[in-house]
Amino acid sequence: MHAPARTSAIETAIRKANAAGRKALIPYLPCGFPDVTAFWTEIESLDKNGADVIEIGVPFSDPAADGPVIEAASQECLERGVTLAKILEGLKARKGAISAPIVLMGYLNPFHQYGFERFAADAVAAGVSGCIIPDLPMEESDEIKTIFKANGLDLIPLVGLNTSVERLRAYASDASGFAYFVSVLGTTGDREVLPEEVSAKLKVAKGIFTVPLALGFGIKSPDQLAAFAESIDAVIFGSALIRHLREGKSAASFMQRWK
Amino acid sequence: MKKSYFGDFGGQFVPELLMPPLFELEKAIAEIVHGPEFQRRFAELLADYVGRPSPLYRCPNLSADTGLNIWLKREDLNHTGAHKINNTMGQALLARMMGKPRIIAETGAGQHGVATATAAAMMGLECVVYMGAVDVARQAHNVRRMELLGTTVVAVHTGTKTLKDATNQAFKDWIANQRTTHYCIGSVVGPHPFPTLVRDFQSVIGREARSQFAAKTGGDLPAAVVACVGGGSNAMGLFHEFVPHASVRIIGVEAAGSGEPGCYHSASLCKGTPGILHGAKTQLLQDADGQIEPSHSIAAGLDYPGTGPEHAALKASGRATYVCVNDAQAFAAFKILCRREGIIPALESSHAVAYVLDNVSAFAPGDHVIINLSGRGDKDLDIVEQLLKAEQKG
Repeated sequence: MHAPARTSAIETAIRKANAAGRKALIPYLPCGFPDVTAFWTEIESLDKNGADVIEIGVPFSDPAADGPVIEAASQECLERGVTLAKILEGLKARKGAISAPIVLMGYLNPFHQYGFERFAADAVAAGVSGCIIPDLPMEESDEIKTIFKANGLDLIPLVGLNTSVERLRAYASDASGFAYFVSVLGTTGDREVLPEEVSAKLKVAKGIFTVPLALGFGIKSPDQLAAFAESIDAVIFGSALIRHLREGKSAASFMQRWK
Repeated sequence: MKKSYFGDFGGQFVPELLMPPLFELEKAIAEIVHGPEFQRRFAELLADYVGRPSPLYRCPNLSADTGLNIWLKREDLNHTGAHKINNTMGQALLARMMGKPRIIAETGAGQHGVATATAAAMMGLECVVYMGAVDVARQAHNVRRMELLGTTVVAVHTGTKTLKDATNQAFKDWIANQRTTHYCIGSVVGPHPFPTLVRDFQSVIGREARSQFAAKTGGDLPAAVVACVGGGSNAMGLFHEFVPHASVRIIGVEAAGSGEPGCYHSASLCKGTPGILHGAKTQLLQDADGQIEPSHSIAAGLDYPGTGPEHAALKASGRATYVCVNDAQAFAAFKILCRREGIIPALESSHAVAYVLDNVSAFAPGDHVIINLSGRGDKDLDIVEQLLKAEQKG
């Protein structure tokens, strides 16, 4: 027996962009970058300038899947005292002020220490719609998935070039929000050329997932996306945005390139 | 219980992109490692190249001093001077038989790096070792040894610039190069199947010790087995054989650092809490927000904020006891072993010796106690010099 289908705010936002004839834009910033106050200004700016979903990074001392740009930015955020509790407080204080659905992306241990049940309750109260947890493959996700479902939070799966059809199907069977397709066999960080295999594998994934498919890891400019246009519904960018802000430019001008 | 777990600990907390190489490794363990060809070649390498069996030596002087029968399992006499080579020969042979031309490793003090570089040179594999920039600076001799052996040493500048950060970088390399590369992890840590794979390669220590003990004493089992625990591979190597024998006390010795309140240490079993790091749920040194804390010990090989998940399970079940020894106790035991037995031990192994020497009353008179002397101390001469100078000044 199935519970009545819940509408995911994340999926709705992506579909809305698609209905308007464009890919949904999902910018990523680690909380506390460029600094603790400017971070929230940039988030508000991303929200006003076309972000359909906003991904907020929860910094961790030992990231095992980030490239150098994100790793360095996250490290700075940790040094500024950012914690999961403070991120939730900051979001709660701004609840209703940010219209794009919020996704938290972070490694499992900070969530584990916070307590999954307590986190789910506080995340909902803070207006969070879902999480991406890169070190949580399906083999380990049962407990958190049950808790998230009960609280109406999306657990967004990460899949990639080496994910078998069998595993894509397993992830698709209970995905909500969207599926995050990792464009390279590597870590986050933008690259000049996306591998040709990506195109073929994205088509396979598109045929399997019923939730929207987002492409991330290594996305630098809109021209990279032409080859995959049919298969993807959304695009995620992190390193490129961080680099843009490091050059002293604004989130608003970054979003201009993608509209 | 899932097969990837030891009690509540272990698992496979890795990015999805690492699941296929973990499955590939599991399959290779079933098909290659458990096959007769691998076992024959591995046994040959351990005998002819590593120099096994390592002696089980009864210390006449320490035994007289303490009233116990103190035995040392002499892993320090292996090629490259520590137990690490048991594991790297196994994993390098496995990489060869899997058709992987390249192996990578993380290293802290450089002992696992040197053991991996050695195995790679011998097997004709390309080898890259990740090492924290802080460790590269303080372990310059081992960097040179690895380079002489043809290995590329990559200095890691992220985080605390030590072993845990080197491990993060090794995982990233493995994600990107999984098709050509085997990750030769250095301890009983990481995602399943690594903790089991490394333990099984190291379990030769306990198997030999048991049969040597029986042959030398006519007795069946010792009263206790004792080993230092950082990641915990020398300890699991010794303990595994004795776990089913309830009469044998199993004691793991962690590094308490300086032992002063508030100081950094490496005692994740005695003082840590459960969490997730480097692909496994285990006991960790972490703050209330789940950030991993820096660790410290005079023994670089124990300087790690986590430990193997099987140790966390052995502690939880009560089958093994974990205790702490501080820098000063370890250094005192180091000097005693030098002067009384003519053996210069690694500072890591000195922790295990120190526990027994400082807790003689925890054993019955005449008890047979086997201590794993996991490595030799030549690598520690620089730090020993500093400690001696500090003592003279103090």
